[in-house]
Amino acid sequence: MAVPVKSPGRVAAPGGGGVGESPLRPDGALKVAGEFAYASDLWMDGMLWGSTLRSPHARARIVALNIGPALALPGVRAVLTSDDVPGKKYFGIDHTEDQPVLAIGEVRHQGEPVALVAADHPETARRAVELIDVEWDVLEPITDARAVVADPGLHRVQQRGGIVRYQPVRVGSVERGREEAEVVVTGDYEVGIQDQAFLGPEAGLAVPAEDGGLDLYVATQWIHNDLKQIAPCLGLRDDQVHMTMAGVGGAFGGREDLSMQIHAGMLALHTGRPVKMSYNRYESFFGHVHRHPALMRYEYGAKRDGTLVYADVEIILDGGAYTSSTMNVVGNAASLGVGPYEIPHIKIDAYGVYTNNPPCGAMRGFGAVQACFAYESMMDRLAEACGIGPVEVRHRNAVAQGSVLANGQVIDSPAPLAEMLERLEAMPLPGVADLTDLRNLPGGASQTTHGEGVVRGIGYGVGLKNICFSEGFDDLSTARVRLEVIGGEPTALVHTAAAEVGQGLVTLKAQIARTELGIERVVIAPADNRVGDAGSSSASRQSYMTGGAVKTACEAVRARVLDLAGARFGLDDLTLLGGSVVSRAQGAVATLAEVLGDAVVEETREYHHRPTQPMDPATGQGNSHTQLALCVHRAVVDVDVDLGLVKVVELAAVQDVGKILNRLSLEGQIHGGSAQGLGLAVMEEIVVQDGLVRNPSFTDYLIPTILDMPPMRLDILENPDPNAPYGLRGAGEPPTLSSTPAIVAAVRDATGKALTRVPVRPEHIVA
Amino acid sequence: MRVNLTVNGSPATVDDVWEGESLLYVLRERMGLPGSKNACEQGECGSCTVYLDGVPACACLVAAGQAEGREVRTVEGLAEGDRLDAVQEAFVEAGAVQCGFCTPGLVVQSHDLIERVPDPSDAEIREALAGNLCRCTGYEKIMDAVRLAARRKATR
Repeated sequence: MAVPVKSPGRVAAPGGGGVGESPLRPDGALKVAGEFAYASDLWMDGMLWGSTLRSPHARARIVALNIGPALALPGVRAVLTSDDVPGKKYFGIDHTEDQPVLAIGEVRHQGEPVALVAADHPETARRAVELIDVEWDVLEPITDARAVVADPGLHRVQQRGGIVRYQPVRVGSVERGREEAEVVVTGDYEVGIQDQAFLGPEAGLAVPAEDGGLDLYVATQWIHNDLKQIAPCLGLRDDQVHMTMAGVGGAFGGREDLSMQIHAGMLALHTGRPVKMSYNRYESFFGHVHRHPALMRYEYGAKRDGTLVYADVEIILDGGAYTSSTMNVVGNAASLGVGPYEIPHIKIDAYGVYTNNPPCGAMRGFGAVQACFAYESMMDRLAEACGIGPVEVRHRNAVAQGSVLANGQVIDSPAPLAEMLERLEAMPLPGVADLTDLRNLPGGASQTTHGEGVVRGIGYGVGLKNICFSEGFDDLSTARVRLEVIGGEPTALVHTAAAEVGQGLVTLKAQIARTELGIERVVIAPADNRVGDAGSSSASRQSYMTGGAVKTACEAVRARVLDLAGARFGLDDLTLLGGSVVSRAQGAVATLAEVLGDAVVEETREYHHRPTQPMDPATGQGNSHTQLALCVHRAVVDVDVDLGLVKVVELAAVQDVGKILNRLSLEGQIHGGSAQGLGLAVMEEIVVQDGLVRNPSFTDYLIPTILDMPPMRLDILENPDPNAPYGLRGAGEPPTLSSTPAIVAAVRDATGKALTRVPVRPEHIVA
Repeated sequence: MRVNLTVNGSPATVDDVWEGESLLYVLRERMGLPGSKNACEQGECGSCTVYLDGVPACACLVAAGQAEGREVRTVEGLAEGDRLDAVQEAFVEAGAVQCGFCTPGLVVQSHDLIERVPDPSDAEIREALAGNLCRCTGYEKIMDAVRLAARRKATR
């Protein structure tokens, strides 16, 4: 088999370090040396470069398409359209299959792929793309999500129609709640489109395989779900597509849907040559789905002391032209629509709709982020109406273990929200800004103020996120663990298909193998489809699911080794510790290497979390989540109220993670998640006008720099979840929820402005 | 066209370079040095930062022809043999590496900062790294890494 230069290889996990320690990342040395093989680094002799013609229009019919001029360009090896798709012409995540591989007669969003080119040089491929002659009949795009909800039949973007999913939640009687309430607050909220903005562009290499199939090296979040979509479109069987994970330069949900996978495969099969595709940043903004923008209407009733009585909520999420994961995003928004608060009477109507706006799907926080901004803004509004503090109002309504959530689910593991709020409030506050260094002020080195007009504000945010896949999905992961003596030392090889996207799963897998097998040396195999499904690196689920699978496989390996040792020594109280087989009664009886000898002990195990239930289609009731996680934030900001400039001075967070598996990695997740929440609060938005993106570049789509992100204070709690491996709680997403409303609340505190839309812009503050 | 340059201490000649190619493209696709990264290719993210005649520059903004006769040092040229530079070590140890796509640029930029300012203040670190985007870490561990590297270099 031909292998690309810089192909992903096995990595040895250096040093020791079991569960609970913070060993070095096995891929860390490669990454700092520039030697790690990311998808865009793959290279092969004789490879061609692929490029994609994308729709410049949000909605248009293709009247005529002429590839002749592109084919005539020297250096061009193939130009393909939907007619050339070898198998199924539609694909989609979640079995929806409503997205054309290449446009068929019509485009439904700007950037929709229309045709493909393979050429000797990437610039030749790009120029050939420009030479493809398309005659468009441009149509009026459907862009108003509220109008789609009001009259879905009149606004049909595609055959499936206007509404992707409507999920109501009904608890108690909002009418009765209205009678009981002494205070009523309302709010209309809006969340703009956020981009994952991972730094490693969509890229990969497709190589025709000797068996007539395809070797595909790609950066993805879920190899097996990719495969299910890729193979039928290429007219291949699953076993003819050999997928290997290339290095992933961040994901955050944006690699859950396919990008270039089928396209590179088509070009490689057509030309018989390896084909590399690598998007540039402009194309990347059109190459993946984004976070759903949301329109939300909230009405809360409460007693005068701030105790919530009812919630009446409408959430509209715009999914763009294709289904993607909108169904599940709506499920999250509905079930988590009022957050971690006890409310006796609840009415939620959550909608996901089709429009010709940019396509939206998975992004860190997945439907819970949008609702969190609204319900936390409501809590502050309620506190103000009742004349109590923001922490007090949250404390008064906080859930705890045993509380019932909006979906009727009883929280059956620790949920110490009240304690978390107390700890958060007790954390020391930062001192006033040092005015001798203007970099400490809003505007920073631009010297827009010397302190005049700068007002400090403090705000709080609370978020509740479901962990793992919900709503009855049979969520699983698979791990294969092989133990043998290599060079005199017992060595475990851990093989899963799980995506290492930066989060540190590669480190954790080695930690688990060390802890469970009592060894030091662990090697991590590259992720591929020669091992079973691991599910997606999303929903904060891989520590839980793939961690659980590795643990279970290690336990099976250990049981076999102990059987071997037990038979030899006639003992039944053995365990593995420190490279030895240890009897509880007699101490070490032999080294593990002696017991293993030439034996290779290999076990593969599937791990499933406890089953969940669908949400009732009429009431939203059902135990739809397997685990829930809380994070709370306090933000301190300085705002230049004359110019509307915000400097976030400090973020403090308290998160309950059940069990700290690797503190260094965990803190990195909380920091990083908080930073993405900061981005949504004050800067990040894909600006769309008439369905067209106005800012597809890092010049105009701003993500936080090291100057924007403040120092953080963390307090991490460990209240174990008895249902989860090691008692752990998924940790990657919760901080992304709560940092946004905390920062906006702090800006409100400083300015007195209502600020009902994120990101908050200077004009919202000075208006 | 032909470009002659010195990369990581070794003179090199690269043929068949198209005039529109960037130094980044030549390094990555023609010289087998993909360590410098292609995250935005428009000078906004800093992930392609290399030393050009000893000064950090975004390799994506340097036309290949501009590199003629000049000295380039990439992230691949920071280690001495198998021994990583203190900045590289510190990035791994401090947890400053997650997906790692921004890391080569940040490592080069931090390396330059500590060369110029052996004991940088937090404000100086933030200012020096303001042109390097990271999407994973929230920058806290990167701050730790630069502080650690500066301490290590001071005691060596």
